[in-house]
Amino acid sequence: MAVLTAPHRGSKVPTPPSRGRDRGPGRTPPLVLAFLLVPLLAEAVWVFWPALQGFYLSLTNWDGVSAPEFVGLANFREMAGDDVFRDAAGHTVLWLVLFGGLSAVLGLAAALLLQQERRGVGFYRAALFLPVVFSLVATALVWQAIYQPDGVLNQLLSSVGLDGLRHAWLADQDTALYAVIVPALWRQIGYVMVLYLAGLKGIDPSLYEAAKVDGAGRWQRFRHVTLPQLRGVNAVVLSVIIIDSLRSFDVVWSLTRGGPYHSSELLSTYMYSTAFQSLRLGYGSALAVVIFVLAFGVIASYLVRAFREAD
Amino acid sequence: MAIPRPTAAPRRRRAATAGFHLGAGALAVLWLLPIALVLVTSLRSFDDIAAHGLGSWPRSFTLDNFGLAWVDGGQQRALVNSLVVTVPCVLVTLALAAMAAFALSRYEVPFRRSLLLLMLGGNLLPPQILLIPVSKLSEMMGVFDTLPALIGVQIGFGVGFYVFVLHGFMRSIPVEIQQAAVMDGAGPWQVFWRIILPLTRPALAALSALSFTWIFNDLLWAITVLRSDSKMPITAALIGLQGQYVSMWNVIAAGSVIAAAPTVAVFLRFQRHFVAGLNLGAVK
Repeated sequence: MAVLTAPHRGSKVPTPPSRGRDRGPGRTPPLVLAFLLVPLLAEAVWVFWPALQGFYLSLTNWDGVSAPEFVGLANFREMAGDDVFRDAAGHTVLWLVLFGGLSAVLGLAAALLLQQERRGVGFYRAALFLPVVFSLVATALVWQAIYQPDGVLNQLLSSVGLDGLRHAWLADQDTALYAVIVPALWRQIGYVMVLYLAGLKGIDPSLYEAAKVDGAGRWQRFRHVTLPQLRGVNAVVLSVIIIDSLRSFDVVWSLTRGGPYHSSELLSTYMYSTAFQSLRLGYGSALAVVIFVLAFGVIASYLVRAFREAD
Repeated sequence: MAIPRPTAAPRRRRAATAGFHLGAGALAVLWLLPIALVLVTSLRSFDDIAAHGLGSWPRSFTLDNFGLAWVDGGQQRALVNSLVVTVPCVLVTLALAAMAAFALSRYEVPFRRSLLLLMLGGNLLPPQILLIPVSKLSEMMGVFDTLPALIGVQIGFGVGFYVFVLHGFMRSIPVEIQQAAVMDGAGPWQVFWRIILPLTRPALAALSALSFTWIFNDLLWAITVLRSDSKMPITAALIGLQGQYVSMWNVIAAGSVIAAAPTVAVFLRFQRHFVAGLNLGAVK
C-alpha cells in the first residue's frame, strides 16, 4: 500500500522503525500537547463543527436568511420524487464506472508500458503526468476549445471524411456527459499511472524469474504475479477513484454547469446549484448527506486500514 | 511549458526498441496535443481564428492576448490573490501538521490513535457536506468574501491529511536518537526543531510541492467563501474570463496558459518531490 509504506522508502533513516512503546516520558509535556491541540482546533472549527451542522441542516428547510425550520426527513422524501436528483445520481454512478474504471485500466496499461527503464522513458512519463498539475478549470477550457462547433475535433472529423459525426459535443444532451468525462480522464490517467508505477517497482524481480523458469508466458506472469502483487496499490487506487469521482465538480462546472437540461448533472454540481443558486440550503445539505453516505464506505475502509497500520 | 516534441533521435534506436518508442511516443503526442493547441491558440490573433477556425494552421503571431488576459481580464490580480492564499496555506498547514504529527508519533499522548484517525477522517469527508456551514460560519466570523476565510478553510480541511502522512514518516525515525538528545537535556522543542524536523525534510518537500498545486488549483472552496470578482483566485477568474471573452479563444487560451504556468513551473522544478508526494498522498 503506497501510502503506508512510503515513509520507509523516502526516509533517510537506515534502521527499521522501532515499534517500542517507550517513545518518551510517560507524562506529555505541555508544549507537545499544544502542538497537537492547535491543529486539532483549526480542523474542529473548519471541518468537524461545520460537518455536524451540515447533518443537522439536512433535516431543515432553510433559505439562508430566516431561521432554519426543522422538517425531519422531508428533504429525503422529496428526493424520491425529484427527477433531477435521480438523473444526477445515475450520472454519478456512470461517472464512477466510466471515469473510475477507465482511469484505472488505462493508468495500469500506461504504467506497464512505461515501467521499463529505457532511455527517454522519463520524457514519456512526464508527458502523461503533466496534465495532473493543471487545474481542472484550465483543463476544461482546453477541451472546450476542442469541442467547439468549429473546433479541432469537428475539423478533424471532416478532414477524414466523417462529416456525419460532426457535433456540438457539449450542447447536445446525448454527448455532454461523455464529453466532460474525457478531459477528466486526460488528467486522471497520469495520476493513476504514477501510483501503479510505484507499485510495479515494488514487485520482487525474482518472482518473475521463478515464473519464467516454470514456463509461464507473458500473460500468465501478468495474471499470476503482477496482479496479485498489486493488490495493495489496487486498494489505494480504488479509494482514490471513488473519492475523486464523488468530489468531481470543477470540470463539470466549468464546461457545462451540469447542463444542457441537467444532462451532465452530477450530485456534486446539483448540490452546489441547489444550495448557492436556488438558495435551498436545507435540500442542498440533504444532497450533501447523500454524497457523504456514498463516500462513507470508502472512508471507513480507508480508516480501518490506516488504523491497523498506525501501530 | 517548453516540452520538446519527441525528436527523431529516440526513433533511430535499435529496431528492438523502435516499437516501444513508437507506442509510447504516440501516447505522449496524444497527451501533449491539447497543450500544444492551447499554446498555439494563445499566440494567434482573433481575426486569424475567426477566419480560419480553431483547428487551422496558425497564420499569425501575437503576444497581445496575454496582455488582454493579464490586465483587462484581471488575471494579474487573480494570480496575486492565488499566491497570497497558496503560499501561507502551504507553510502554515505543513507547520501545523508537522507539530501534530510530532506529538502523535513521538509521545504517549492519550487517545493518540483515535485522534490521528479523527484528523484523517475529517480530510476524507466530501467537501459538499461542509460547503453550506462553512460559508455561513465565515459570515458569522465576519470574514466572508475575504482571503483569510479561504486560507482558514484550506488549512483546516487540509491539515488532517498531512498529519497522517507525516505521522507515518516520523514514526520510522528510531527512538534512540530522541532518547540520546533527551539524555543530553534537550526539551521537546529542541527535539522537534533540531532532530525530527530535519529528518522529515524529504516528506515535507514532497508534500509542499503537492499541496501547492492542490491549493492553487482549487475552485470549490474559493467560490464558496468568496463573492467579489476582485477577490477571486486564478481558477475562478479563468471561468470569469470565459464569460467576459465569449468565443475569443485566443484570450481564453492565453488566460489558461497564465493559470497553469505556476504549477507547471513547480512540477518541472520539483518533479521528483512531486511524484514522491503523490505516492505518499495516495488519498487525494
